Amino acid sequence: MEKKFGVYICTGCNIGESVNIEKLKKNTAGGGGVPADVIKEHPVLCSPEGLDIIKNDIAAGTNTIIIGACSPRVKYEEFDFPGTIIERVNLREFVAWSLEPNTESTQSAAEDYMKMGIIKTKKGELPAPNILEDLSKKLLVIGGGITGLTAALEAANAGYEVVLVEKEAELGGWAAKLYKEVPREYPFEKLDEPLVFSKINEAESNPNIKVFKSAIIEKTDGQPGLFDVTINTKGTSETIKVGAIIMAAGWKPYDATKLGHLGYGKPNVITSIQMEEMAKKGKIIRPSDGKEAKKVAFIQCAGSRDPNHLPYCSSFCCATSLKQAKYVREKNTDAIAMIFYKDIRTPGQAEIFYKNMQNDPGVMLTKADVTGISDGGSGNLYVEAENALLGDKIKVEADLVVLAVGVVPATRAPQEYLDGLTEAGKKGDDAKNAYVTETPKPEFILNLTYKQGPEIPSLEGYYGFADSNFICFQYETRRTGIYTAGCVRQPMNMSEAQMDAAGAALKAIQSVEHVAKGMAVHPRAWDTTFPDPMMIKCTSCKRCTEECPFGAIDEDAKGTPFYRLNRCRRCGTCMGACPERIVSFKDFSVDIIGSMIKGIEVTEDEFRIVVLACENDAYPALDSAAIKRIKLNANVRIIPVRCLGSTNLVWVTDAFSKGIDGMILLGCKYGENYQCHFVKGSELANYRFSKVKETLDKLQLESDRCSLMQVSISEYDKLPEMINDFVTRVEEIGPNPFKEF
Amino acid sequence: MAENKKVLVIGGGFSGLTAAVETAEAGAEVVIVERKPFLGGRVTQLNKYFPKLCPPNCGLEINFKRIKNNGDISFHTLAEVDKVSGQEGNYDVTIKLKPRFVNDKCVGCNACAEACPVEMPNEFNFGLNNTKAAYITHNQAFPFLYAIDEKHCKGASCGKCAEACKYNAIDLSMKAETLTLNVSSIILATGWDSYDVSKLDILGGGRIKNVITNMQMERLASPNGPTAGKILRPSDGKEVKSIAFVQCAGSRDENHLPYCSYICCMASLKQVTYLRDIYPDSKATVFYIDIRTPGTRYEQFYTKIKEDPNVTLTKGKVAKITEDSATGDVIVVAEDIFAGKKVEAKFDMVVLAAGMVPSTKGLPVPADISYTADGFVIPSKLKKGIYAVGTAKSPVDVSRSVQDATGVAIKSIQSARRVK
Repeated sequence: MEKKFGVYICTGCNIGESVNIEKLKKNTAGGGGVPADVIKEHPVLCSPEGLDIIKNDIAAGTNTIIIGACSPRVKYEEFDFPGTIIERVNLREFVAWSLEPNTESTQSAAEDYMKMGIIKTKKGELPAPNILEDLSKKLLVIGGGITGLTAALEAANAGYEVVLVEKEAELGGWAAKLYKEVPREYPFEKLDEPLVFSKINEAESNPNIKVFKSAIIEKTDGQPGLFDVTINTKGTSETIKVGAIIMAAGWKPYDATKLGHLGYGKPNVITSIQMEEMAKKGKIIRPSDGKEAKKVAFIQCAGSRDPNHLPYCSSFCCATSLKQAKYVREKNTDAIAMIFYKDIRTPGQAEIFYKNMQNDPGVMLTKADVTGISDGGSGNLYVEAENALLGDKIKVEADLVVLAVGVVPATRAPQEYLDGLTEAGKKGDDAKNAYVTETPKPEFILNLTYKQGPEIPSLEGYYGFADSNFICFQYETRRTGIYTAGCVRQPMNMSEAQMDAAGAALKAIQSVEHVAKGMAVHPRAWDTTFPDPMMIKCTSCKRCTEECPFGAIDEDAKGTPFYRLNRCRRCGTCMGACPERIVSFKDFSVDIIGSMIKGIEVTEDEFRIVVLACENDAYPALDSAAIKRIKLNANVRIIPVRCLGSTNLVWVTDAFSKGIDGMILLGCKYGENYQCHFVKGSELANYRFSKVKETLDKLQLESDRCSLMQVSISEYDKLPEMINDFVTRVEEIGPNPFKEF
Repeated sequence: MAENKKVLVIGGGFSGLTAAVETAEAGAEVVIVERKPFLGGRVTQLNKYFPKLCPPNCGLEINFKRIKNNGDISFHTLAEVDKVSGQEGNYDVTIKLKPRFVNDKCVGCNACAEACPVEMPNEFNFGLNNTKAAYITHNQAFPFLYAIDEKHCKGASCGKCAEACKYNAIDLSMKAETLTLNVSSIILATGWDSYDVSKLDILGGGRIKNVITNMQMERLASPNGPTAGKILRPSDGKEVKSIAFVQCAGSRDENHLPYCSYICCMASLKQVTYLRDIYPDSKATVFYIDIRTPGTRYEQFYTKIKEDPNVTLTKGKVAKITEDSATGDVIVVAEDIFAGKKVEAKFDMVVLAAGMVPSTKGLPVPADISYTADGFVIPSKLKKGIYAVGTAKSPVDVSRSVQDATGVAIKSIQSARRVK
């Protein structure tokens, strides 16, 4: 498309009072290299009259539009002209509302921003989606427990074909082993019959669902829309193409043989799982002699909330034991149930069920730290406890003890194995080989063929749960198109697991629908641009394959990287990683940002500081500071980037060789509890920055001229001061010696 | 009938926003109606989320961006549902749009607020300070358009805001309007309110100046709050160095709220960090019945807080809270179950972990919906094509609300499909 430019400057919202508009227009034309007559101004550009100027120009052929007005975060509906290249230059927030009005520095800032806007549109192109061929919208659900069944049914009922793979011979998982369920609904009085059986019937008879039983996933190859999944059913393999995957591989109860200190191993000490089996069979009896149990003790947190076993709370065991106490009471009105707990955790309306149970005089609850289970003769047991409400040290007789065992996600064993492998790998090939030979390989779930590994990468400190790192975005995974649900994600009860299954199914649907349109998925769900590498220049250094947070880049047999485009989230981390600078998006590239930096006017007597700001958090924070009219140093030039992970080191070289005196990378908090929506953008930028600092030091160019700052969106009140202090430090260092004067 | 894929989301808080963007990104058209002048709901008032201690405005910003970039989502603020009729695939909904008195020409320059002579209690800050009748709640509010409070504004006879506005954005003659929508399904994301602590007389709720609610504590700790993030007590602006948190203020109490409000344990533990981070010499005591921090990260967070020597966790109910009128300090009398005795201690300030009341308790949706005695929607009794999410159904935290709201999106897709 041949670009026909239109440049529009709004003089409202203090812009006209802060800068000399005539001069701005003149220097924008000169500096940006656009004809003076395409630059127009209006006192309120967002008004219908102002917008008409732009619309009329578009009707007359203008297709590349630079709007010097307010932040792109506002007036987005007004300044929306589909089919044109648009760049919003933030004169209001970054100039009029943050800088001293009518100074030369402020004028230069406005001129630089306009010029950078023009450069961006000159270098950029209108995005056109890259839609891959032969896409599938079929969904794969791994796991036929309550979560997997629900996900399969929800997706099928929404009109999608589903392949459901279950490892066991029958569907249902743990839910099918329960005698009854915790009351699901108000008034939470009666135990509910298990729901899973109707779901099994529905799934098995639904024409949209194909069920594989006694089957595992041998291999998962490809990308969203184009996953080739090899399913192995009792030794026979079959490959099916699917578009997205819901991973609901479930959980295992904590290994009770490790709970010897709570009496496991004694005949009359059973787990909560065994209790369900027993209740389902009929009577609650003592395994030792088959007599009906009269005094049943439930030990909460058997393994859970214990640093030596499971440091976390398994979330549903309190309600489970209350339910099982009801089994005891319903099956034998003479029997009593005693629950020893650390805290009773029945959050939300589950509290009402707890209250109902407390009203039963045959149910006793006591807070206590159980220290052991001893023999009381003839199969009876003593529960020994400390710090109980009933006294410092207590001993209570029971004829059956039930251990409320915790949840271990199915993802834990493979992740531990893989973490071990990574650790061994760090010590060299010998150590790695030794690890592989010596360590028993657990059952993998996905068996991905991804360069970055066969399973969903674990998050530090999540105990093997394949959870999202984000509170606001519960279905974020680092493997696009693969969503986890149920107890592989977090310990959760059955109602929550069903809710979670529906959520994961929806995300899987979005994924297949978005790739069908050539669009990214969250967090850039609207984006139709894509990385378009100039492969001829690729040196196969593999930095992109290593650094891509989503494992979107694999390597061919020769070791040359290649994109699995539908896995890409468009953060630009590969663009930042590539030393050959071959990765570009239509509207975001190394050249675009580099040219913008080089477009900044450098003068002898003024400092220039470039701020590369993450557009998700840092940019809105800068806007917010401006809205509060907090003053910013006028020598600062802010350039938004998709993610700091896209920062290419050449920009630093561009800046310093041009004579820029300092550079700030402004991004999200990293490390544990990271806030980067592309996982580790600021962390990667910091790593790369540390490398450039070494180079700068070698060049005798003080590395203090570069700084990476981690800010959150809510720290806008402190942000201008942080930036201004940095400018002062650079001023103390002195001007960039490479300034060409 | 033509295919009706439109989905109505009632409530623009985090559940409603999530339900809306997730539904729209799966290919349906969505309309959000929000009672307040701004989207974002309760979480906009929070300083940080537990357990990550990250700012809610971060996720909100992304969701607002998803709305801005998605032509399939529209929203109405100051909008209340008046009437719902019909059935799945064909619900007619009447919506009352209250006047904002500010139109889309508003640029957010603050001139109206500067000119406005009327001060009113700042509802966004739970009355901890005042605001003008022409106002915006905070700097990252969305939509970024000022609003004029109908109740407090003196109207056209004053008109100072209209005079000050250079952009013809103020229209004091704006009238309420009615909007009708035909939708395939309806998602109830009506959210929650804090329990009225003035009903907790023995705890001094609403009576003792330095006894505040947990939501007020969020505002005190927020950089965009009344004290710019410094935790200063209301009576005299003194820095708070000793604080007590009273758990289950209303919750788990047959005389008030029989259920557990789910978030208060984690909220108080989180608020302990607010104080401990600002004032290293500060001390915090939490009085609780059970500490409920289910799951992995919550338990991890609790374990970490317990390690702080300046934090005391006392199992026991608070029996009485009184004020030392000379100093403004607050005296708490509580039982310490483990010590087996009554304890009495003085604090600079007390935070009542006020429970969660579904908004539908006071303001039921004008549709055929069954509620529990406490005002929560009973999901199984909903008509086909009407779904409830988040705290409309049961007390939950933000994470669970997001799961629920994402899951409900698939239900609305199913509704649209059933009537195709």
